[in-house]
Amino acid sequence: MMSQSTVLATVLAAASFDKPTIAYGRLSPLLVVFGIALVGVVVEAFAPRERRYVIQTALALLGLGVSLLAVIGVGLDLKTNNDGASRGSVEAMGAIAVDGPSLFIWGTLLVFSLICVLLFAERHLEGGITAFAGQAAALPGTEAEREASSRGIEHTEVFPLMMFAIGGMMLFASANDLLTMFVALEVLSLPLYLLCGLARRRRLISQESALKYFLLGAFSSAFFLYGIALVYGFAGSFRLGEIDTAVSSTVGGSSLLLAGMALMAVGLLFKVSAAPFHAWTPDVYQGAPTAVTAFMAACTKVAAFGALLRVFYVALGGVRWDWQPMMWVIAALTMAIGSVIAITQTDIKRMLAYSSIAHAGFLITGFVGAQQGIEVAGQQISSLQAVMFYLVAYGFTTIGAFAVVTVVRDAGGETTHLSRWAGLGREAPVVAGVFAFFLLAFAGIPLTSGFTSKWAVFTSAWAGGAWPLVVVAVLMSVVAAFFYVRVIVVMFFSEPVGDGPTVAVPSILTSITITVGAAMTLILGVVPQPVFDLARTAGEFIR
Amino acid sequence: MSTTPFLVLSAMLFGVGAVGVLVRRNAIVVFMCVELMLNAANLAFVTFSRQHGNFDGQIAAFFVMVVAAAEVVVGLAIIMTIFRTRRSASVDDASLLKY
Repeated sequence: MMSQSTVLATVLAAASFDKPTIAYGRLSPLLVVFGIALVGVVVEAFAPRERRYVIQTALALLGLGVSLLAVIGVGLDLKTNNDGASRGSVEAMGAIAVDGPSLFIWGTLLVFSLICVLLFAERHLEGGITAFAGQAAALPGTEAEREASSRGIEHTEVFPLMMFAIGGMMLFASANDLLTMFVALEVLSLPLYLLCGLARRRRLISQESALKYFLLGAFSSAFFLYGIALVYGFAGSFRLGEIDTAVSSTVGGSSLLLAGMALMAVGLLFKVSAAPFHAWTPDVYQGAPTAVTAFMAACTKVAAFGALLRVFYVALGGVRWDWQPMMWVIAALTMAIGSVIAITQTDIKRMLAYSSIAHAGFLITGFVGAQQGIEVAGQQISSLQAVMFYLVAYGFTTIGAFAVVTVVRDAGGETTHLSRWAGLGREAPVVAGVFAFFLLAFAGIPLTSGFTSKWAVFTSAWAGGAWPLVVVAVLMSVVAAFFYVRVIVVMFFSEPVGDGPTVAVPSILTSITITVGAAMTLILGVVPQPVFDLARTAGEFIR
Repeated sequence: MSTTPFLVLSAMLFGVGAVGVLVRRNAIVVFMCVELMLNAANLAFVTFSRQHGNFDGQIAAFFVMVVAAAEVVVGLAIIMTIFRTRRSASVDDASLLKY
């Protein structure tokens, strides 16, 4: 046994203190987003209240735009590595992987965030004020709250919070060591917990959703952390590549590795809202302000799938026979629970939440196939590329759908009960038609992005030998189609109840979001090839 | 010195925390149990760090402490708003959203 001082001496002798090098250019997309978030905090402290809204919106749009340009710039600069499958490099002393998939996911996140900022900034629908609480500290139904709202106070802190969340998501999907991944998980989650509780209307359910999301999120990240601890105990390192080396050089199973892998899976599957860790999703999606729900539904899913795939393909690819059976069960369960329970839902946001659970199941189906880029021939795409395409397609559709939910209103704000949507097709044919189009895309009807993306993940899962899962997925798509079509029937073929729903005329901001969502849903359904090519160019994860 | 007792203690703390989250009703106590789980992970980190003879695990423990502190800030803020609105911090009372 070595004494403590000998251990220290050995470690100190072994570690040479090189000056850390950081490739600022390669990391610039991340740095810009975090920088703008910090500037946003300073603006909150010093800018006069009435100017903050404009400054914050402009800052957020500018930051995301610059970051997107930086992603394109870094992407054009990436070289294919010696293994022929991946491009890019590992930066920040091994903590962040700037490779093709990272950049693809960064770009996706930034585009989604750009159109979500427009939803956040929408002021027309609430009569000249954003949909976020005037003063979150004021109790619902008190004089203080009424005063805050009559003076037109609004929380512009939502923009910096959103930027921090986006930065965390980008870091989460590109983290090359588990510690960075954990920190990124918290950086993306903590602002989201707060954003969920900031609705101007229906504040009780908004606060409740924040509490539920927070407690369950903290619980699941504790599991994730303990899983990291066990995997570190097994491998002696946090680096995904070194864990892969340790995994590959171990003969026979290690209970430490298996337990750590399972616990990490709990944390990651919670974030992608896969069953049986999905229970928070309907409550949080329903209670959160709809703009935040749109942001969460699209962006969190992209980031969490990026991280899930990176951990399981790069670090744990060597024991894929151990995790694949577990993922088979989870994929089937997630699809079944999402599709079947959605049938009984009467609230639109809640129904979309169950639909998002079902889509997580389809995505895991694609992930389970685990087809590497080197294994597929010619025009086929690997599992990673199929999943990335699905995330792009699903994100645009889901942001568009939630944006439509924000404009269907009555006297009490958004009206999300399904019965109140009866007769919407007569009241506002365009809005109802667009929403019907989104629902058909969720169902996977041809000529929508839902069809091409489902086709991509199902073929890659089939090629990877997961054909029973594909059969389940197709069956569940049929079940899911039932409740999507039911909503369309309610909108177009039912008599309005009472005075029926009204469709508020949004400002140009929400209109842009809905238009972009609908346009991309159509484009990715008709000409998906450019995005497929982009995903193929992105290549595989760097090792 | 064997590291096994520390790992066993860490696993026990984690178990106590996880069971606490599941059975306790008060949001503050639930949250404290989550913190207990994080600290159990910290103990595992430093134990494995010694076992492997590298510093990674000890550095991780510092990061986790900072993250846990940030989580407390956000968590207590959310629990406070709920408590002030409902005069109760019981997780069973927050039940407007269901099914």
